[in-house]
Amino acid sequence: MVEFALPANSRVTAGTTHPAPSGAKNTRTFRIYRWNPDDGKNPRTDVYTVDMDHCGPMVLDALIKIKNEIDPTLTFRRSCREGICGSCAMNIDGTNTLACLKPIDEVKGQVSINPLPHMPVVKDLVPDLSGAYAQLRSIDPWLKSDTPPPDGERLQSKEEREKLDGMWECILCFCCSTACPSYWWNGDRYLGPAVLLAAYRWIADSRDERTGERLDALEDPFKLYRCHTIMNCTQTCPKGLNPGKAIAKIKTLMLERQV
Amino acid sequence: MADVREALMSGRNSEGARVRRPLSPHLQVYRPQITSTLSILHRVAGVALAAGTLLFVWWLAAAASSDAAFALAAAFMGSVVGWVVIAGFTLALWYHFCNGLRHLWWDIGRGFELTEVHATGKLVVGASVVLTVLTLIAGVAAR
Repeated sequence: MVEFALPANSRVTAGTTHPAPSGAKNTRTFRIYRWNPDDGKNPRTDVYTVDMDHCGPMVLDALIKIKNEIDPTLTFRRSCREGICGSCAMNIDGTNTLACLKPIDEVKGQVSINPLPHMPVVKDLVPDLSGAYAQLRSIDPWLKSDTPPPDGERLQSKEEREKLDGMWECILCFCCSTACPSYWWNGDRYLGPAVLLAAYRWIADSRDERTGERLDALEDPFKLYRCHTIMNCTQTCPKGLNPGKAIAKIKTLMLERQV
Repeated sequence: MADVREALMSGRNSEGARVRRPLSPHLQVYRPQITSTLSILHRVAGVALAAGTLLFVWWLAAAASSDAAFALAAAFMGSVVGWVVIAGFTLALWYHFCNGLRHLWWDIGRGFELTEVHATGKLVVGASVVLTVLTLIAGVAAR
Protein backbone atom coordinates (compact mmCIF):
# COMPACT_ATOMS: atom_id res chain seq x y z
CA MET A 1 0.00 0.00 0.00
CA VAL A 2 1.23 3.49 -0.80
CA GLU A 3 2.25 5.35 2.35
CA PHE A 4 4.61 8.24 1.73
CA ALA A 5 5.33 9.02 5.41
CA LEU A 6 6.96 6.64 7.86
CA PRO A 7 4.81 5.11 10.64
CA ALA A 8 5.09 6.92 13.99
CA ASN A 9 7.39 4.27 15.49
CA SER A 10 9.77 4.50 12.51
CA ARG A 11 10.47 8.24 12.41
CA VAL A 12 14.15 8.91 12.88
CA THR A 13 15.25 11.12 15.78
CA ALA A 14 18.58 12.81 16.53
CA GLY A 15 21.17 10.55 18.18
CA THR A 16 24.62 10.70 19.71
CA THR A 17 27.52 12.57 18.15
CA HIS A 18 30.95 10.96 18.46
CA PRO A 19 33.64 13.61 17.79
CA ALA A 20 36.87 13.00 15.92
CA PRO A 21 39.78 11.54 17.91
CA SER A 22 42.17 14.25 19.12
CA GLY A 23 44.99 14.94 16.69
CA ALA A 24 43.12 13.63 13.63
CA LYS A 25 43.72 15.98 10.68
CA ASN A 26 41.99 14.22 7.80
CA THR A 27 38.46 13.31 8.90
CA ARG A 28 35.12 12.31 7.36
CA THR A 29 31.73 12.34 9.08
CA PHE A 30 29.30 9.41 8.87
CA ARG A 31 25.59 9.74 9.74
CA ILE A 32 24.34 6.25 10.52
CA TYR A 33 20.81 4.92 11.13
CA ARG A 34 20.52 3.14 14.48
CA TRP A 35 17.67 1.16 16.00
CA ASN A 36 17.97 -0.96 19.11
CA PRO A 37 15.12 -3.44 19.80
CA ASP A 38 15.97 -3.34 23.53
CA ASP A 39 15.57 0.36 24.39
CA GLY A 40 11.94 0.86 23.31
CA LYS A 41 12.80 4.07 21.46
CA ASN A 42 12.43 5.27 17.88
CA PRO A 43 15.31 4.90 15.41
CA ARG A 44 17.98 7.61 15.63
CA THR A 45 20.86 8.97 13.57
CA ASP A 46 24.27 8.66 15.25
CA VAL A 47 27.11 10.79 13.93
CA TYR A 48 30.68 9.48 13.86
CA THR A 49 33.78 11.38 12.76
CA VAL A 50 36.52 9.06 11.56
CA ASP A 51 40.26 9.62 11.15
CA MET A 52 40.75 8.87 7.45
CA ASP A 53 44.56 8.70 7.74
CA HIS A 54 44.01 5.38 9.50
CA CYS A 55 41.05 3.97 7.56
CA GLY A 56 40.62 1.92 4.39
CA PRO A 57 39.06 3.45 1.25
CA MET A 58 35.62 1.83 1.24
CA VAL A 59 32.49 2.62 3.28
CA LEU A 60 32.69 -0.88 4.77
CA ASP A 61 36.22 -0.11 6.03
CA ALA A 62 34.83 2.92 7.88
CA LEU A 63 31.94 0.88 9.36
CA ILE A 64 34.35 -1.77 10.62
CA LYS A 65 36.65 0.91 12.04
CA ILE A 66 33.73 2.57 13.85
CA LYS A 67 32.64 -0.79 15.29
CA ASN A 68 36.18 -1.70 16.37
CA GLU A 69 37.34 1.64 17.75
CA ILE A 70 34.39 3.94 18.52
CA ASP A 71 31.11 2.08 19.10
CA PRO A 72 31.01 -1.74 19.31
CA THR A 73 27.19 -1.71 19.45
CA LEU A 74 26.94 -0.70 15.75
CA THR A 75 25.34 -3.64 13.94
CA PHE A 76 25.64 -4.45 10.23
CA ARG A 77 26.05 -7.50 8.00
CA ARG A 78 29.33 -8.11 6.20
CA SER A 79 31.29 -11.08 5.01
CA CYS A 80 33.43 -11.22 1.88
CA ARG A 81 34.40 -7.50 1.63
CA GLU A 82 34.79 -7.91 -2.17
CA GLY A 83 31.29 -7.64 -3.64
CA ILE A 84 30.46 -11.31 -4.04
CA CYS A 85 28.40 -12.19 -0.94
CA GLY A 86 25.86 -9.34 -0.99
CA SER A 87 25.73 -9.08 2.82
CA CYS A 88 26.66 -5.40 3.20
CA ALA A 89 23.89 -4.08 0.92
CA MET A 90 22.63 -0.76 2.33
CA ASN A 91 21.58 2.74 1.34
CA ILE A 92 24.68 4.95 1.13
CA ASP A 93 24.41 8.63 0.17
CA GLY A 94 20.85 8.08 -1.03
CA THR A 95 21.27 5.06 -3.30
CA ASN A 96 21.48 1.35 -2.63
CA THR A 97 24.85 -0.33 -3.04
CA LEU A 98 27.34 -2.64 -1.36
CA ALA A 99 29.37 -0.90 1.37
CA CYS A 100 32.45 -2.91 0.37
CA LEU A 101 32.34 -1.65 -3.23
CA LYS A 102 31.50 1.99 -2.45
CA PRO A 103 34.57 4.26 -2.17
CA ILE A 104 34.17 6.92 0.53
CA ASP A 105 35.75 9.40 -1.92
CA GLU A 106 32.70 9.09 -4.21
CA VAL A 107 30.52 10.73 -1.56
CA LYS A 108 30.59 14.52 -1.14
CA GLY A 109 30.21 15.91 2.38
CA GLN A 110 28.79 13.81 5.20
CA VAL A 111 28.23 10.14 4.41
CA SER A 112 24.69 9.11 5.33
CA ILE A 113 24.09 5.39 5.75
CA ASN A 114 20.67 3.76 6.12
CA PRO A 115 19.36 0.20 5.92
CA LEU A 116 17.88 -1.02 2.61
CA PRO A 117 14.73 1.11 2.14
CA HIS A 118 11.17 0.16 3.09
CA MET A 119 12.07 -3.04 4.94
CA PRO A 120 11.47 -4.16 8.54
CA VAL A 121 14.56 -3.41 10.63
CA VAL A 122 16.03 -6.17 12.82
CA LYS A 123 18.68 -3.87 14.29
CA ASP A 124 20.63 -0.83 13.01
CA LEU A 125 21.64 -1.52 9.38
CA VAL A 126 20.25 -5.08 9.34
CA PRO A 127 16.94 -5.41 7.46
CA ASP A 128 14.71 -8.50 7.57
CA LEU A 129 14.95 -10.04 4.09
CA SER A 130 12.85 -13.13 4.84
CA GLY A 131 9.93 -11.79 2.77
CA ALA A 132 12.22 -11.35 -0.25
CA TYR A 133 13.71 -14.82 0.29
CA ALA A 134 10.21 -16.34 0.43
CA GLN A 135 9.43 -14.63 -2.89
CA LEU A 136 12.62 -16.08 -4.37
CA ARG A 137 11.55 -19.54 -3.17
CA SER A 138 8.16 -19.03 -4.84
CA ILE A 139 9.66 -18.93 -8.37
CA ASP A 140 11.39 -22.33 -7.88
CA PRO A 141 14.95 -21.14 -8.61
CA TRP A 142 16.33 -24.50 -9.72
CA LEU A 143 16.53 -26.58 -12.91
CA LYS A 144 13.34 -28.48 -13.72
CA SER A 145 13.58 -31.12 -16.40
CA ASP A 146 11.45 -34.13 -17.33
CA THR A 147 14.23 -35.64 -19.43
CA PRO A 148 16.23 -38.20 -17.43
CA PRO A 149 19.67 -36.85 -16.57
CA PRO A 150 22.35 -37.87 -19.06
CA ASP A 151 25.45 -39.78 -17.91
CA GLY A 152 27.55 -36.64 -18.16
CA GLU A 153 26.61 -32.97 -17.98
CA ARG A 154 23.51 -31.40 -19.54
CA LEU A 155 25.17 -29.74 -22.51
CA GLN A 156 24.46 -26.28 -23.91
CA SER A 157 25.69 -24.57 -27.06
CA LYS A 158 27.83 -21.48 -26.62
CA GLU A 159 24.89 -19.35 -27.73
CA GLU A 160 22.51 -20.99 -25.24
CA ARG A 161 24.98 -20.43 -22.42
CA GLU A 162 25.49 -16.79 -23.40
CA LYS A 163 21.78 -16.12 -22.75
CA LEU A 164 22.47 -16.57 -19.04
CA ASP A 165 25.17 -13.88 -18.93
CA GLY A 166 24.09 -10.89 -16.86
CA MET A 167 21.85 -13.12 -14.72
CA TRP A 168 24.00 -15.79 -13.12
CA GLU A 169 26.15 -12.97 -11.68
CA CYS A 170 23.30 -11.78 -9.42
CA ILE A 171 24.32 -12.15 -5.76
CA LEU A 172 20.81 -11.52 -4.34
CA CYS A 173 21.78 -8.46 -2.31
CA PHE A 174 18.27 -6.98 -3.02
CA CYS A 175 19.66 -3.48 -3.68
CA CYS A 176 17.45 -3.38 -6.81
CA SER A 177 14.18 -4.52 -5.23
CA THR A 178 14.53 -2.09 -2.33
CA ALA A 179 15.30 0.77 -4.79
CA CYS A 180 12.01 0.19 -6.62
CA PRO A 181 9.08 2.44 -5.58
CA SER A 182 6.68 -0.16 -6.96
CA TYR A 183 8.22 -2.75 -4.65
CA TRP A 184 7.96 -0.29 -1.74
CA TRP A 185 4.21 0.13 -2.25
CA ASN A 186 3.27 -3.36 -3.47
CA GLY A 187 6.10 -5.61 -2.25
CA ASP A 188 3.60 -7.96 -0.61
CA ARG A 189 2.40 -9.14 -4.02
CA TYR A 190 4.84 -7.72 -6.60
CA LEU A 191 7.91 -9.98 -6.76
CA GLY A 192 10.40 -7.16 -7.38
CA PRO A 193 13.35 -6.92 -9.80
CA ALA A 194 15.76 -9.30 -8.02
CA VAL A 195 13.29 -12.21 -7.94
CA LEU A 196 12.05 -11.54 -11.49
CA LEU A 197 15.66 -11.54 -12.74
CA ALA A 198 16.09 -14.92 -11.01
CA ALA A 199 12.84 -16.11 -12.64
CA TYR A 200 14.05 -15.09 -16.11
CA ARG A 201 17.40 -16.79 -15.46
CA TRP A 202 15.51 -20.14 -15.42
CA ILE A 203 13.07 -19.20 -18.18
CA ALA A 204 16.04 -18.43 -20.45
CA ASP A 205 17.93 -21.62 -19.56
CA SER A 206 17.92 -24.06 -22.53
CA ARG A 207 18.18 -27.02 -20.12
CA ASP A 208 15.01 -26.10 -18.22
CA GLU A 209 11.86 -27.76 -19.59
CA ARG A 210 9.16 -25.95 -17.60
CA THR A 211 9.24 -22.57 -19.34
CA GLY A 212 5.47 -22.53 -19.91
CA GLU A 213 4.75 -23.44 -16.30
CA ARG A 214 7.11 -20.69 -15.10
CA LEU A 215 5.39 -18.10 -17.32
CA ASP A 216 1.96 -19.29 -16.11
CA ALA A 217 3.06 -18.66 -12.52
CA LEU A 218 4.02 -15.06 -13.35
CA GLU A 219 0.84 -14.27 -15.33
CA ASP A 220 -0.63 -12.10 -12.59
CA PRO A 221 -1.52 -8.40 -12.31
CA PHE A 222 0.82 -8.00 -9.34
CA LYS A 223 3.68 -10.55 -9.42
CA LEU A 224 5.05 -9.32 -12.77
CA TYR A 225 2.98 -6.42 -14.01
CA ARG A 226 3.56 -4.01 -11.14
CA CYS A 227 6.81 -3.28 -12.97
CA HIS A 228 6.23 0.13 -14.58
CA THR A 229 9.72 0.38 -16.11
CA ILE A 230 10.87 2.95 -13.55
CA MET A 231 14.41 1.49 -13.96
CA ASN A 232 15.71 2.41 -10.49
CA CYS A 233 16.73 -1.28 -10.29
CA THR A 234 19.23 -1.14 -13.14
CA GLN A 235 20.33 2.33 -12.06
CA THR A 236 21.42 1.06 -8.62
CA CYS A 237 22.67 -2.53 -9.21
CA PRO A 238 26.16 -2.69 -7.65
CA LYS A 239 27.07 -5.55 -10.00
CA GLY A 240 26.10 -3.60 -13.15
CA LEU A 241 23.31 -6.04 -14.07
CA ASN A 242 20.03 -5.13 -15.77
CA PRO A 243 16.95 -6.48 -13.93
CA GLY A 244 14.70 -4.04 -15.83
CA LYS A 245 15.71 -5.61 -19.12
CA ALA A 246 15.13 -9.14 -17.77
CA ILE A 247 11.60 -8.17 -16.68
CA ALA A 248 10.94 -6.70 -20.15
CA LYS A 249 12.03 -10.02 -21.69
CA ILE A 250 9.53 -11.90 -19.51
CA LYS A 251 6.78 -9.48 -20.61
CA THR A 252 7.77 -10.01 -24.27
CA LEU A 253 7.55 -13.82 -23.86
CA MET A 254 4.12 -13.43 -22.24
CA LEU A 255 2.92 -11.52 -25.30
CA GLU A 256 4.61 -13.80 -27.86
CA ARG A 257 2.92 -16.92 -26.58
CA GLN A 258 -0.49 -15.28 -26.88
CA VAL A 259 -0.19 -14.45 -30.59
CA MET B 1 -6.54 -7.07 1.36
CA ALA B 2 -4.15 -7.20 4.31
CA ASP B 3 -0.50 -6.58 3.60
CA VAL B 4 1.30 -9.87 4.33
CA ARG B 5 4.47 -7.93 5.12
CA GLU B 6 2.77 -6.90 8.35
CA ALA B 7 3.87 -10.26 9.84
CA LEU B 8 7.52 -9.26 9.36
CA MET B 9 7.05 -6.09 11.42
CA SER B 10 6.88 -8.22 14.54
CA GLY B 11 10.26 -9.03 16.08
CA ARG B 12 11.78 -9.95 19.41
CA ASN B 13 14.22 -8.12 21.67
CA SER B 14 17.15 -9.68 23.56
CA GLU B 15 14.85 -10.92 26.35
CA GLY B 16 12.59 -12.65 23.83
CA ALA B 17 9.72 -10.20 24.33
CA ARG B 18 7.75 -9.09 21.27
CA VAL B 19 8.65 -5.69 19.82
CA ARG B 20 7.32 -3.86 16.80
CA ARG B 21 10.07 -3.26 14.29
CA PRO B 22 10.43 0.08 12.50
CA LEU B 23 10.11 0.38 8.73
CA SER B 24 13.39 1.61 7.22
CA PRO B 25 13.25 5.07 5.56
CA HIS B 26 12.48 5.08 1.83
CA LEU B 27 11.32 8.33 0.14
CA GLN B 28 12.85 10.17 3.09
CA VAL B 29 16.40 9.09 2.18
CA TYR B 30 16.39 7.85 -1.43
CA ARG B 31 18.06 10.43 -3.66
CA PRO B 32 15.85 11.33 -6.67
CA GLN B 33 17.18 9.46 -9.71
CA ILE B 34 16.74 10.49 -13.35
CA THR B 35 14.92 7.16 -13.78
CA SER B 36 12.38 7.55 -10.98
CA THR B 37 11.94 11.31 -11.47
CA LEU B 38 10.95 10.97 -15.14
CA SER B 39 8.68 8.06 -14.19
CA ILE B 40 6.74 9.98 -11.55
CA LEU B 41 6.57 13.02 -13.87
CA HIS B 42 4.83 10.79 -16.43
CA ARG B 43 2.15 10.00 -13.87
CA VAL B 44 1.92 13.63 -12.70
CA ALA B 45 1.50 14.72 -16.32
CA GLY B 46 -1.25 12.16 -16.78
CA VAL B 47 -3.16 13.48 -13.76
CA ALA B 48 -2.63 17.08 -14.96
CA LEU B 49 -4.03 16.14 -18.38
CA ALA B 50 -7.16 14.66 -16.80
CA ALA B 51 -7.70 17.86 -14.80
CA GLY B 52 -6.89 20.05 -17.82
CA THR B 53 -9.40 18.15 -19.95
CA LEU B 54 -12.17 19.22 -17.54
CA LEU B 55 -11.16 22.82 -18.22
CA PHE B 56 -11.31 22.15 -21.96
CA VAL B 57 -14.79 20.65 -21.58
CA TRP B 58 -15.89 23.74 -19.64
CA TRP B 59 -14.66 25.94 -22.51
CA LEU B 60 -16.51 23.85 -25.14
CA ALA B 61 -19.68 23.64 -23.05
CA ALA B 62 -19.58 27.41 -22.50
CA ALA B 63 -19.25 27.97 -26.27
CA ALA B 64 -22.33 25.79 -26.83
CA SER B 65 -24.51 27.37 -24.13
CA SER B 66 -24.49 31.19 -24.29
CA ASP B 67 -22.50 34.29 -25.22
CA ALA B 68 -22.16 35.28 -21.56
CA ALA B 69 -20.85 31.84 -20.53
CA PHE B 70 -18.36 31.82 -23.40
CA ALA B 71 -17.19 35.34 -22.59
CA LEU B 72 -16.45 34.21 -19.02
CA ALA B 73 -14.52 31.13 -20.20
CA ALA B 74 -12.64 33.12 -22.84
CA ALA B 75 -11.76 35.80 -20.29
CA PHE B 76 -10.27 33.13 -18.00
CA MET B 77 -8.32 31.49 -20.82
CA GLY B 78 -6.96 34.88 -21.88
CA SER B 79 -5.91 35.92 -18.37
CA VAL B 80 -2.41 35.49 -16.99
CA VAL B 81 -3.55 32.52 -14.87
CA GLY B 82 -5.23 31.04 -17.95
CA TRP B 83 -2.01 31.36 -19.94
CA VAL B 84 0.00 29.64 -17.21
CA VAL B 85 -2.57 26.81 -17.08
CA ILE B 86 -2.57 26.42 -20.86
CA ALA B 87 1.23 26.44 -21.02
CA GLY B 88 1.37 23.81 -18.25
CA PHE B 89 -1.27 21.71 -20.00
CA THR B 90 0.69 21.89 -23.26
CA LEU B 91 3.91 20.85 -21.52
CA ALA B 92 2.13 17.97 -19.75
CA LEU B 93 0.63 16.86 -23.07
CA TRP B 94 3.93 16.85 -24.94
CA TYR B 95 5.81 15.20 -22.07
CA HIS B 96 3.18 12.48 -21.71
CA PHE B 97 3.20 11.97 -25.50
CA CYS B 98 7.01 11.82 -25.87
CA ASN B 99 7.51 9.65 -22.78
CA GLY B 100 4.63 7.48 -24.02
CA LEU B 101 6.66 6.84 -27.19
CA ARG B 102 9.62 5.97 -24.95
CA HIS B 103 7.42 3.43 -23.15
CA LEU B 104 6.31 1.94 -26.50
CA TRP B 105 9.99 1.59 -27.46
CA TRP B 106 10.56 -0.26 -24.18
CA ASP B 107 7.45 -2.36 -24.82
CA ILE B 108 9.06 -3.81 -27.95
CA GLY B 109 12.07 -4.70 -25.80
CA ARG B 110 14.43 -1.94 -26.98
CA GLY B 111 16.42 0.79 -25.21
CA PHE B 112 17.03 -0.97 -21.89
CA GLU B 113 20.78 -0.36 -21.54
CA LEU B 114 21.39 2.23 -18.83
CA THR B 115 23.12 4.63 -21.27
CA GLU B 116 20.07 4.40 -23.58
CA VAL B 117 17.66 4.91 -20.67
CA HIS B 118 19.51 8.10 -19.71
CA ALA B 119 19.81 9.35 -23.31
CA THR B 120 16.14 8.78 -24.22
CA GLY B 121 15.08 10.38 -20.92
CA LYS B 122 17.02 13.55 -21.68
CA LEU B 123 15.76 13.50 -25.26
CA VAL B 124 12.14 13.30 -24.05
CA VAL B 125 12.59 16.25 -21.66
CA GLY B 126 14.31 18.37 -24.33
CA ALA B 127 11.75 17.49 -27.00
CA SER B 128 8.80 18.29 -24.68
CA VAL B 129 10.19 21.75 -23.89
CA VAL B 130 10.93 22.56 -27.55
CA LEU B 131 7.54 21.29 -28.76
CA THR B 132 5.76 23.25 -26.01
CA VAL B 133 7.51 26.49 -26.99
CA LEU B 134 6.73 25.88 -30.69
CA THR B 135 3.08 25.10 -29.89
CA LEU B 136 2.68 28.30 -27.83
CA ILE B 137 4.33 30.38 -30.57
CA ALA B 138 1.99 28.83 -33.14
CA GLY B 139 -0.96 29.51 -30.83
CA VAL B 140 -0.05 33.18 -30.47
CA ALA B 141 0.56 33.55 -34.20
CA ALA B 142 -2.86 32.07 -35.01
CA ARG B 143 -4.75 34.48 -32.76
